[in-house]
Order: sequence, then structure tokens, then C-alpha cells
Amino acid sequence: MDNAWGMTETAVHVRGLVKRYGGTPVVNGLDLDIAHGEVFALLGPNGAGKTTTVEILEGYRDRDSGTVSVLGEDPGKAGRSWRSRIGIVSQTASDAAELTVREVVGHFATTYPRHRDPDAVIDGVGLGEHATKRVGRLSGGQRRRVDVALGIIGDPDLLFLDEPTTGFDPEARVQFWQLIRQLSMEGTTIVLTTHYLDEVEALANRVAVIARGQMKVVGDPATLGDRADAGAVVSWRENGRLMEMETASPDQFVAELVRRNSGNVPGLSVQRPSLEDVYLQLIGEDNSASAYRRESA
Amino acid sequence: MTTQAPRVRQARPQPPNPIKVGVARGSIELKQFFRERDAVVFTFSLPVVLLVLLAGIFSDPVEKTGVEASQIFAASMIAAGIMSATFVSLGTGIAQDRDDGTLKRLRGTPTPMTSYFIGKILMVLVVSFAEVVVLLAVGKGLFDLKLPTDVTSWLTFAWVFVLGVIACALLGIAISSVPRSAKSASAVIMLPFIGLQFISGVLTNPISALSSPLVEIGSVFPLKWMAQGFRSVFLPDSMTFQEVAGSWELGRMALILAAWCVGGLVLCLLTFRWKNGRQG
Repeated sequence: MDNAWGMTETAVHVRGLVKRYGGTPVVNGLDLDIAHGEVFALLGPNGAGKTTTVEILEGYRDRDSGTVSVLGEDPGKAGRSWRSRIGIVSQTASDAAELTVREVVGHFATTYPRHRDPDAVIDGVGLGEHATKRVGRLSGGQRRRVDVALGIIGDPDLLFLDEPTTGFDPEARVQFWQLIRQLSMEGTTIVLTTHYLDEVEALANRVAVIARGQMKVVGDPATLGDRADAGAVVSWRENGRLMEMETASPDQFVAELVRRNSGNVPGLSVQRPSLEDVYLQLIGEDNSASAYRRESA
Repeated sequence: MTTQAPRVRQARPQPPNPIKVGVARGSIELKQFFRERDAVVFTFSLPVVLLVLLAGIFSDPVEKTGVEASQIFAASMIAAGIMSATFVSLGTGIAQDRDDGTLKRLRGTPTPMTSYFIGKILMVLVVSFAEVVVLLAVGKGLFDLKLPTDVTSWLTFAWVFVLGVIACALLGIAISSVPRSAKSASAVIMLPFIGLQFISGVLTNPISALSSPLVEIGSVFPLKWMAQGFRSVFLPDSMTFQEVAGSWELGRMALILAAWCVGGLVLCLLTFRWKNGRQG
């Protein structure tokens, strides 16, 4: 992927990534490509190798084999300039409790070669009215927004978000989604790890499902697992009763319904399988496979 | 947040100078230290309480010298105060930074390890200085500690202070890698701190009254030499008869403290861990 000038076509390029803990592979031959400017979501059950993969991309962990290129460099060897170009929002930080939001964001701003305006970032994550509060006195969700502020203060080209909205109330989540869309519009590539499927549907251009250290499927969240073309459930009301019909061609069925009811079908709805249905089906296949393996072992 | 349309991403300038980042870190380290009341009380009170108790209990004059035991304790305790402000506060503080995500966050940003350590060293220099001022005030106010009036004594004071702070700070950084988590850190770090005070002539007076194997062990570490250095500054030369060698040994003291500065640095570079025992 690298050309002669070290520029890459993809923001993240991974081939055959392997990471073992005590001989057990947690990531087992994983391939991954993320284009510049994409919002890319990683889904997978706990222990599937998501966090390990992301931590290798962030330069936190070394790998046992495989090639990894992030913004054109090997994260295991990359230096300060590379770190200036990435932003990381990890889980479980509880640092800087004694500093105010303004102090900690302001400090980290000065450590980057180029940074966003700290007050604007604090406002952007919705902490404007808490700027002079100590970080240790914030609620869990507010604390998380400090992490997000610190992740974006250096104006990163690539932003890693590891379950960023855990502990957010619904309003804060929608506000956060707006922020991510804004960053994406400004050209930031975003790698999002989350358990919230609505978050994936709201934000991601592409989604990958990881299970047992391997890539199960990659695609557009709207069409993942061919769900756009899969059967649908059409429901409507007829003579005061709720009717449901499962059909492989809902468009034809609805056209037929409309004609039969002279253009007026009360309570009409067409439901495709949700992303959650597809995801659970993918993970379900995987779980039964591993259960089978355990029995035969 | 800016609201402009998609923009062309420009090349970035070089990351800021590590020393400048280190100085900025020093300032936020100090803010954090002084706002954490437990740590402040813990760091400052222990040497002061020990001094008040010891000097209060053993206040008899040393025969034919005109010097009181309390003055000797007051001089030696300055060394323990520095060790508390450096070795103890760094040993526990860095273990804490490893646990609460401070170090992990830094590794994901352009802040280099050097800047982190510059910040820590600046913090302990300021805290040590404050600790020494407090101990001098208590020593002078309660126990009639005589502040020297000649430049030579203050020069000795200055180099013992600087070498002592550096040596103990480096040992503090090194020992921070021993405890598996921040919870066990203060237990792991208090043991050598208290133990060394007994065998270095801080809590025991005079040091020449200790059995020689204990003195030999104590003489390996910086605390014994720092305490001896401060006694040389604040006590008359007639008191050298109480020292193990019968003199202040300033030359040997300087060599051993300087050797700890170099050895401590090597030890830090060999043992420093970014993660705690559970983060794999």
C-alpha cells in the first residue's frame, strides 16, 4: 500500500495480524482496511479481540506477527510526530482528578504541534458549564466527555473511540453523535468500538464484526448480512385486527395491499431485520460453533 | 468546534520541545500534589511529627559540647524530609499514575517520557524545598537549631540538597515499579523509608552507637550521607567525634551521592514500566 513517498491510500492497513496471550491466539490472522475519512465501527462480543486489535493499532501493544500500517507508519515503532496525528479515547481512565476540566484540556493542548481551541472543544463536548470543576467531581458520563475532549484536542487525523458513550444519557449521546459527524466532515478518520448498534447505524460508513480474533464480515451497516435484501415483515390493520405477513418481496406485497384496500392501508409498516438481528445471528453462529468445538475437544 | 466545510489537512509543525512540555507538566504535577490533601499531609507531617517526638523525648545536652540532642535530630531529619518528598512521593505517585491511566494517556499523546520525568523532578524539587523550609522553621523555632551564617556552610547545604533530591527521586522512580498496584505502593515504599531512617542516623543518635553491620548497610544508601551532610552544616565541627569516621567526610559524601545519581538513573532506565502488574 505504501508508495515511494510513504503516503498510503488507506488510514489503516492490517494483514494477517496475530496476537497470543500465553500461547492462546486472541487475534488470529485478522485483515482490516480503513480508508481516509471513514467512520469505521468495530463490533464483537467481549473477548473477541476487538480491544487487543485497537490497542495494537494505537501502539499500546506489540503483536506476534502480521503487518500493520496506521497513517503510513508501524504503530509499534512510530514516534512523537505520529502520535501528534492520532487521538485516543480509551476505557477506564481516572487520572487528573485534582485538575479542573479547563486546566487538563488546556495543558494537553500545549503538548501538540497543532491544537484546537480548548474552550471550543470543552463547549463541543458539552462541558462548557463545568469547565472550572475538578475532573474528580464530575459524573461518570461527564468524565467520559473529558476523555473525548482530550482525544480531539490535538486535532487528530485519526481518532480511536473505545466505547465512547458508556454512561451518557440519551441527550448527551445524540449531542456526541453530532460532534463525531462534525469531526468526520472535517476530514478526521474515526475508528469506533461500541456495543450500541444504534450508534453504529447512526455514525458508521462501514462496520466490521470481529469474532474469535477474526473478521467475520465487513460492510455498510444498512446492508450488513444482506439485510436490505432479506425478507421483511409487513404489518397493517384490517377490520380492527393487527395483521402480519412475512415476505421475500415486501414491495410487491404492499402494492397488492394498497390495491386491495383502494389506496388506504391503516397502520402499514414494513420491517427489515435490524442490525441487531443480523449481529446476533452472526455472533450466534459463532457461539454455537465454539460450543461445538469445546465438546469435541 | 469550528464549523467550516471539509478542509485540506496541512502538514503539522514539529512536536513542541520536550523541556517545554516537561515544565508545563511540572506545573500541573504541583497543582495536583498540593490539591490532594492526603498526600500533602502524609508527605509533610511524618518527618515533622518524628522530629517533634524524638527531639521532645531526647532533649538532653550532649556532654561538654553545648549541643543538645534535639538540635542533632533537627539537622538529620532534614534528610528524611527530603526522602519523604522525593522517594516516597514519587514511589507512590508513579504507581498511582500507572493505575489511574495517567501513563497510558501520555503514551497515546506526543508527550515523551522525558517530559513526564522533568515534570516529576520539578515537582519534587519544589516540594522538597518547601519540606526543608518547614523543618528548618520547626527546628529553629522549637529546638534552637542554629542556622549557619557563613557562605561555605550554605554551599554545602546546597549541594547536599541537590544531590540528595536527585538520588532519592531516581530511587523513588525505580521503586515505583516494585508494587503491583497503587494500593500496595505505600506499604512497599514505607518499609525501606522507615528502615533506612533507623540505620542512617536519623532516628538513632549518635550513628556511631549502632552496630557496625547496620552502619555498613546504611552507608550504602544516600540517606546516611545526606543526614551527615546536614549535621555538618548545622552542628559545630566539635561534634564530629560522634560520626563513624570521626569527621564529616564531605569528599566521600559527594562521591557516593553523585554515584547514586548515576546508578539511580541506570536503575530507572532498566526497570521502568508503563503498565501495572495487572495490565499485561
